[in-house]
Amino acid sequence: MAEEHETDGAGSEITMRLWRGDETGGEFTDYVMPSVEGEVVLDVIHRVQATKAPDLACRWNCKAGKCGSCSAEINGRPSLMCMTRMDTLPPGETVTVAPMRTFPILRDLVTDVSYNYEVAKRIPPFQPREKTADEVEAGGYRMQQIDVERSQEFRKCIECYLCQDVCHVVRDHEENKTAFAGPRFFARSAELEMHPLDVNDRRELLQQEQGLSKCNITKCCTEVCPEHIKITDNAIIPLKERVVDAKYDPVAWLGRKILNRSKRTPAEAAATSPATGPAAVQPSVAVRGVPSPHHSIEVDSPGTTVISIDETPSA
Amino acid sequence: MAEYETHEFDVIIVGAGGAGLRAAIEARSRGLSTALVCKSLLGKAHTVMAEGGVAAALRNVYDEDSWQVHFRDTMRGGKMLNNWRMAQLHAQESPDRVRELEDWGALFDRTKDGLILQRDFGGHRYARLAHIGDRTGLELIRTLQQKAVADGIEVFMELKVLRLLHDVDGTVSGLVGYWRPSGEFVVFKAKAVVMATGGVGKSWTYTSNSWESTGDGHAMSLWAGADLIDMECVQFHPTGMVWPLSVRGILVTEGVRGDGGVLRNSEGKRFMFDYIPPMFAAETADSEDEGDKWYDDHSAGRRPPELLPRDEVARSINSEVKAGRGSPHGGVFLDIATRRSAEDIRRRLPSMYHQFKELAGVDITAEAMEVGPTCHYIMGGVRVEADTAATTVAGLFAAGEVAGGMHGANRLGGNSLSDLLVFGRRAGIGAAEFATDRSGPVTLDEGQISEAIDGAVAPFQREDGENPYDIQHDLQATMQSLVGIIRTGSELDEAIGKLDDLEDRANRVSLTGGRKYNPGWNLTTDLPSMLSVSRCTTLGAINRKESRGGHTRDDFPKPVAEMGSVNFVQRIKEGGTDGVGGTPSIRTITATPEPIPVMPDDLKELFEEAT
Repeated sequence: MAEEHETDGAGSEITMRLWRGDETGGEFTDYVMPSVEGEVVLDVIHRVQATKAPDLACRWNCKAGKCGSCSAEINGRPSLMCMTRMDTLPPGETVTVAPMRTFPILRDLVTDVSYNYEVAKRIPPFQPREKTADEVEAGGYRMQQIDVERSQEFRKCIECYLCQDVCHVVRDHEENKTAFAGPRFFARSAELEMHPLDVNDRRELLQQEQGLSKCNITKCCTEVCPEHIKITDNAIIPLKERVVDAKYDPVAWLGRKILNRSKRTPAEAAATSPATGPAAVQPSVAVRGVPSPHHSIEVDSPGTTVISIDETPSA
Repeated sequence: MAEYETHEFDVIIVGAGGAGLRAAIEARSRGLSTALVCKSLLGKAHTVMAEGGVAAALRNVYDEDSWQVHFRDTMRGGKMLNNWRMAQLHAQESPDRVRELEDWGALFDRTKDGLILQRDFGGHRYARLAHIGDRTGLELIRTLQQKAVADGIEVFMELKVLRLLHDVDGTVSGLVGYWRPSGEFVVFKAKAVVMATGGVGKSWTYTSNSWESTGDGHAMSLWAGADLIDMECVQFHPTGMVWPLSVRGILVTEGVRGDGGVLRNSEGKRFMFDYIPPMFAAETADSEDEGDKWYDDHSAGRRPPELLPRDEVARSINSEVKAGRGSPHGGVFLDIATRRSAEDIRRRLPSMYHQFKELAGVDITAEAMEVGPTCHYIMGGVRVEADTAATTVAGLFAAGEVAGGMHGANRLGGNSLSDLLVFGRRAGIGAAEFATDRSGPVTLDEGQISEAIDGAVAPFQREDGENPYDIQHDLQATMQSLVGIIRTGSELDEAIGKLDDLEDRANRVSLTGGRKYNPGWNLTTDLPSMLSVSRCTTLGAINRKESRGGHTRDDFPKPVAEMGSVNFVQRIKEGGTDGVGGTPSIRTITATPEPIPVMPDDLKELFEEAT
């Protein structure tokens, strides 16, 4: 395959230091490859497979940064192999590719990411409110663009689990995995909490079982997110505030009552039934988040608007 | 005897893209034990790469739209080769399937009235594509995935299926495969099986498809005795990336053109005005001015030719490049930078902005993209009954890209996501009803199981044989150069000989390493499927001596009326085990012309009313 590509410069070479092994152990092996213009790390891995190590294990699918399969640690940084161009790495230096450290190794660069799928199962699913008479007639829910954009940011997530990989709560503490959902799933909960239609309440669960309080906002997850989702600022911090409000804040509690934005507890959510949602709430009310009179967090959300959790633009 | 674990379900779905997930949700909702088997991790299937949107006559933007107009657009886009009943069901049911996604949590972009926003796409008369920026497929797969998990569907991830198993009377009884992480074999016993394995694009060099698109479902169905149709109809998407070479083929959404982007040649000319075919002349703008007015108000002008169906645009780009008016890297220019504000581009096409910025170092808000045709989709597939998605093999159903008929000779953009929702659901119902009604024991045959397993492990027992990556590379090169976007009789004949050689070579593959997460082995077990579907495409292309939709013959450049009323049906009469890994040899595949279903008069009238 290499002969089809233009090599850059006069036959320059690159050294790829790839981790080979399985759960019983392994070591880094060097592969010297011709350098090719415009390639990403995954291209070079594929050339190693095709020419030198046909059994070199790596996971990939779309090769366009859309599926989140090819996560690895490139020169120590959690990254997608398909979106890391070779010419962005230090020229002339060995490129080290290791599997994600937080998850058990299956083989070579492939890890067992089933922890993430287990956490996903434990999040109470989306539960929409009922349609209003107008919506039944229009054939679908009415939501404004500005209101769906908050959750849309989190729905950009490609589930590469780089945020889970980098999060020190589980990266260095295997024992935390049983009681910690991780940034990906805090973002998922935030997405549902801010979803204009959802009526389930996941706050108690987040606090009791998903270890939201273990996060101390170091923003490592945000830094590695290939979709540039502001996980810490836009998902985790607002969630922390909502959870705190749910426990201690009578004003917020009253606000929820007045706004009829009743969220269901995990126990209620478990007994899933579409009929148990609150009766026809006005869309303009239902799309608001839980008001938080004490906090106003202003963050930049790419291509969207300023998000402030009390719904008023802060100064 | 080979060792394996066994599982038993009422319904098993192979493939966890949109069609498979939708089928599973439906079968499960009918109370049947349902399992989903997929080659990658859940949520990574190729559906995730769909960008522009899902087509449905929701009438949220243009009230004039209707299922009849959508049906007509689909049939004309397919050059009337479509199974009319599938096209009808698809147009009628897609609005409900889209709205249902919203009930399950999907968040589409909105109109000012707060309803689902729809965008323009090639071949669709009205703005019809519900979308989420340019990541509609991700939203669709995530929504269905989360619903499937919540519904308690069992998912077997990273499991490659090798072969269908059948009862003595030929009814499907299950399947055999292996876990990719461990390499251990698995047998599933099932009352009904749904194939939802997607496409075949990985047999071409430049493709938008991922490694998974090796035509497993097409091939396994064929080997089990099912009919395939229209396998010569392969869609080359007009706009794939062309540079750098390592990303050549990666998709650039049609939404770029739907949102105002235009194609230019090296002279800066909007060349599509030179390629308007008679069939679409009445509804296509003949000046840039008229086309530009259309974007804001569809009654102010006719649609610009950049939004002709994909087959027309891909051929036109090909012609411009051949005439020496291409871009520096062998494509043409797709320009949205001079047409829309930077802010608009970043908001409406965020992934495209990202993709070009990071992979090609191109800022699409400031410069034109270089694009060219890329192998994208196969219209052909397993022949199914429109209403039930039943194949010609009892107990076997097929939905999504693996099924044939719905799109005829060319698929319209946006009709794929709606196809997999509509027919995924119907296949789920079909399989559930078959499983419920099935009486008598479902039996597994040890002989069939060990044949599949022995065939799969054989390469480990050989030494100094062929490298599977070399075979894959040569297969892709063969299909790209001889069975590509423009075909000719002599080259197709040459391809047949090369495929024969490749089959022989694939039978001599030798492997090192174990079975545990071994990509070389995984590829080796994909080769039989890739060879079978490549043979079907080539054989169909030899037989279809005309040009129609996604099938273009240099030596027969025009459509031929009689050819428009037949499908070339491909099948294997006698099983056989002379092919790769104990599968039937590609040399035993035959192609027979058979009449396409005749459209009833009330639907025919829709075309007489048309322009």
